[in-house]
Amino acid sequence: MTRATERDRITLAIMALGGQGGGVLANWILDVANANGYVAQGTSVPGVAQRTGATIYYIEMMKSLATSGNQSDPVLAMMPAPGDVDIVVASELMEAGRAILRGFVTEDRTTLIGSTHRIYAISEKSAPGNGISASERIIDAAKQRAARFIGFDMEQAASDAGSVISSVMLGALAGSKALPFPRDAFAEAIRRSGKAIEANLSGFEAGISLARDPQVSSRTHTAPLRPTSTAGRSLAEAIETMLPESARPIALEGVARLMDYQDRQYAELYLDLLDRIYQCDDGSEDWRLTQVTARHLALWMAYEDTIRVADLKVRASRSRRIAEESRAGNDQLVRVTDYLHPRIEEVCDILPRALGSAILNGKVLRSVLNRFFSGGRHVETTRLRWYFALRFIASLRRWRRGTLRYTTEMDRIEAWLDLAADIASEDSALAIEVINAQRLLKGYSDTFERGFARFEAIQQLARGLRGKPDAASRLRTLNEAALADEEGKAFDYALAEECNDAAA
Amino acid sequence: MAERSFAKEVEKLRLADGETFEGEGILAVTKGLLQAGVAYVGGYQGSPISHLMDVFADADPLLRELGVHFEANASEAAAAAMLAASVNYPLRGAVAWKSVVGTNVASDALSNIASGGVTGGALIIVGEDYGEGSSIMQERTHAFAMKSQMWLLDPRPNLPSIVAMVEKGFELSEVSNTPVMLELRVRACHVTGSFVAKDNVRPAMTVGEAAANPKRDTNRIVLPPANFAHEHEKIERRWPAAVNFVRDSHLNEWFGPERDEIGIIVQGGLFNTLNRALELSGLSDGYGSAQLPIYCLNVTYPLVPEEVTTFCRGKKAVLIVEEGQPEFIEHELNTMLRRAGIDTCIVGKDILPRAGEYTGQVLCDGVATFLDKWSPERAPDRSMPAPTDTELAKEVPPRPAGFCTGCPERPIFSAMKLVQRELGELHVSADIGCHLFSILPPFHIGNTTMGYGLGTAGASAFKPAGRRAVAMMGDGGFWHNGLTSGIGNAVFNKDDTVTIIVDNGYSAATGGQDILSSRADNPRRKTKNPIERAVRGMGVNWVRSINRTYDVTAMRDTLKEALTSREAGPKVIVASSECMLNLQRREKPLRARAEKEGRRVVRDRFGIDPETCTGDHACIRLSGCPSLSVRQNPDPLRQDPVTHIDQSCVGCGNCGEVSHAAVLCPSFYRTRIVSNPGAFERLLDSLRRRIIGWFQMQHERAIAARAF
Repeated sequence: MTRATERDRITLAIMALGGQGGGVLANWILDVANANGYVAQGTSVPGVAQRTGATIYYIEMMKSLATSGNQSDPVLAMMPAPGDVDIVVASELMEAGRAILRGFVTEDRTTLIGSTHRIYAISEKSAPGNGISASERIIDAAKQRAARFIGFDMEQAASDAGSVISSVMLGALAGSKALPFPRDAFAEAIRRSGKAIEANLSGFEAGISLARDPQVSSRTHTAPLRPTSTAGRSLAEAIETMLPESARPIALEGVARLMDYQDRQYAELYLDLLDRIYQCDDGSEDWRLTQVTARHLALWMAYEDTIRVADLKVRASRSRRIAEESRAGNDQLVRVTDYLHPRIEEVCDILPRALGSAILNGKVLRSVLNRFFSGGRHVETTRLRWYFALRFIASLRRWRRGTLRYTTEMDRIEAWLDLAADIASEDSALAIEVINAQRLLKGYSDTFERGFARFEAIQQLARGLRGKPDAASRLRTLNEAALADEEGKAFDYALAEECNDAAA
Repeated sequence: MAERSFAKEVEKLRLADGETFEGEGILAVTKGLLQAGVAYVGGYQGSPISHLMDVFADADPLLRELGVHFEANASEAAAAAMLAASVNYPLRGAVAWKSVVGTNVASDALSNIASGGVTGGALIIVGEDYGEGSSIMQERTHAFAMKSQMWLLDPRPNLPSIVAMVEKGFELSEVSNTPVMLELRVRACHVTGSFVAKDNVRPAMTVGEAAANPKRDTNRIVLPPANFAHEHEKIERRWPAAVNFVRDSHLNEWFGPERDEIGIIVQGGLFNTLNRALELSGLSDGYGSAQLPIYCLNVTYPLVPEEVTTFCRGKKAVLIVEEGQPEFIEHELNTMLRRAGIDTCIVGKDILPRAGEYTGQVLCDGVATFLDKWSPERAPDRSMPAPTDTELAKEVPPRPAGFCTGCPERPIFSAMKLVQRELGELHVSADIGCHLFSILPPFHIGNTTMGYGLGTAGASAFKPAGRRAVAMMGDGGFWHNGLTSGIGNAVFNKDDTVTIIVDNGYSAATGGQDILSSRADNPRRKTKNPIERAVRGMGVNWVRSINRTYDVTAMRDTLKEALTSREAGPKVIVASSECMLNLQRREKPLRARAEKEGRRVVRDRFGIDPETCTGDHACIRLSGCPSLSVRQNPDPLRQDPVTHIDQSCVGCGNCGEVSHAAVLCPSFYRTRIVSNPGAFERLLDSLRRRIIGWFQMQHERAIAARAF
């Protein structure tokens, strides 16, 4: 398509999400243009997009000519045409990606100004596992497809400046010099609009300076844990001598978690159990079997029973975190209410084994007691009564080894490790998938039970798959299917396929 | 209280002759009405025309000064019926609504007024909600214009053209005794621009004056034999009068050179997009100086035969750019040329798409194809469009619309999802309104939607022996027609359906306009008419009102009761909580002021403990709240993202209640921040903090002692 390379028309598209102030930004830009010798026109499609959807504000501007009398008004378009957009301002990374997909970003002309932060879409948030899209892919495309890409975390910049993202975007636009107006002209537009002038100007300034010199966010790599106690040091040494290097960082985390969860002996038990798998590991893939076992065994052994939940709820570190999150000033009070719903099952879990199972199995007793645990509780943990109640439950930690849940979980862990160790000798890839299935054990009550049922189905299947050539990849497919949707449609389908295969 | 206030902008409506008006399309329309001496205005809200209704409402003081009557009509049918004021009296009247749905609702009254005809100018401003900005079925208003013989204006989308068409529209209406429709596409409603204003004109006769001196003419009433006369009148008198006026007033426009072998005829509303396509093909410029003849139809019905034949005569081919289907104009052009014996080839839907919005890209491609065939020397080189990056497309997630943060409708569907877990999947007849977002993720609830207020009627065929159908209805839809078409119908036919009426206090989806059951004080209207009373008055015995929808447990149990109750007849649940957008808009400034003045203010927000959250996201699947999101798991051992609540939380409590009702997990907590607490409260708090602090210190020491 031929196009005039020289033109005095500038087109600008703002890709925004509802509530991000895309309309405010558009009005500022229109104001700047109209006040500086251009005829500018803005259009938008509000409506349902105002809620949570993505929306486009489109601006065209043209240098106003000296009124010669017979020159008519410019004819400006109502919507962007692919390949014809000079500037794209995107308020979020995936919206920048959407602009690229719609053809608004082209190498020959487009300056792409985009925030690199993420606002996750519902499909990303609601996945039972990890549904988050790959940001790097979008950033790479932005760099490749745009004539110029200015990207930084504008949400963070706004928050740091005590401002809103729309003013940072205006600053980034001014700083990019993609529009032929001096920066003061932009600041003037903010002043003229007359709302929250100070805050908007400070966001605007931040935007300008970051557009010129975007600070590359350095991802902080967490250093491996260092022990702080005698017990910790001796366990760290044990890990050092016992495990291959690749498994050590996770094992250190695991040991630290279990000491916090229970005590030193429990962490030692963890290392013993881990060692059993390590002994069967053939060392392939840099001891991957040992690595994944270090992770999943620690997570399983630190299962979330009522004792653990209570322990975490009454800690000073939690109070500090909540106080910080609340951004409350010194003269404000902060009160915290927890939404807890222990069922009779969770209560029996932390009773001595015999008592717990007697209640759960005794129909009359169970239904009588059930009445006390049928509703959710609003537990105000900043009140003494509830604090001490939870503190008491947390203190049951000392007797955890005698609880019903402990026995149950230990039996399950034993069976799981036995199976993995048994399989590892002949097919370590399959053993890895057996271990990885622990990822399905999540949540509480029904959610946990659903996950456990799928976990058991996978363990069962693993037994049947032994000796088959593609056993590991088939089990991996099932592990993934189990996290694909809540109702388990994908999982049931995949399982049925496997069973058909087995029958055939 | 409407979502957007035009209180400041409506001052522009006072501009006098020669002053420059700057602003949005819909404001320009209002200014045009006042300049034309309109006597009464009305309509029904709906995108993209909602804001026009808000402008009318905010301009009410000015309208009163000028003696103009404004009415927020109960429905589009009511608005169209109001045009009856122009039948016998020389009153100019304008009504507005969203088309094509609003035109459907209004069509009974529209047919009547089109048949009998008008004395005063009657203008119907329809927002054509077409293409990308649409939330409705894609149909054309053009069909209504043709079948009822009303005239359809489709002005070029710039303010001077739009305003001129408002003024000329009244003249056209009066000279042809026919109601006139002015069609504005969604972007034209919101386009910014300027025009030179004229003075506002007081109507020569007000509605009050007309009512004081009633006039009657049975020839204007649709009843035999007058109705047969109307048909002849339409064809023999009104139609020619309209064609003559359109021609003599030069309402249509011509661009480009006079002579050429080819040319383009375009609907006015698409002119700017067409010009851009020509510009990108090197055949026009930014001022509309096209290098081939263009005939721009600012009036798309009726067509002017002389103009058409003059334009087409001597041309090999003419492209007609007409959006939507069927291609009514193309059909008519062909008929006209055949009758005139002109053999110009009319090119239209054979090369342009039958369906979909005519975007810049579509017209670029269409113009290129047209030129390839009929004027290859002028055809642009077409570079192949870059292939879509399928890998990238996989990474960019769709963003379906959803309920706002804190929306009171969310817990209704959370509860319904929980009921479905117990009782199995339900047939849910959905309605129009914000609550329709239930059909989208994460709820996936709702089987059909048949029209505004028609949720209950949409379930009326289902009278199963075992399971009852559930119907949704919004408060807006309820008052629009649901009370009769849904509730009345269900009572009369002894339906067993469960209807949930979502009462959020406003016509919320269209921008928060007041309705009969609004709790707000409105000096101009009578609000606070409870829905429950209306439902009972209609004869429903089983009615439950829930005054806090955020109580998910109560919602769930009530719905379960309705579905299992032995009582016969329709069951109605009125689920009331105020629209959170409106609530925040009203209360936020009040709270900020109270806080500043040193009064005690309580603010809630919710949080999630990352240590106890296992990253299953069941809570998100039962809520979908925008502030309920995910982030990288801070725990080095866990791999799946952890749920967290961001700063946009308004503390509605839905997530905590859902967690309770569904027995999800112990991670949710509410933080209550008390500003300016009283002395006793402060003392108690400090006492508690000291005691708890001491015990926490002991606890922390114990943890440190066994730590790694």
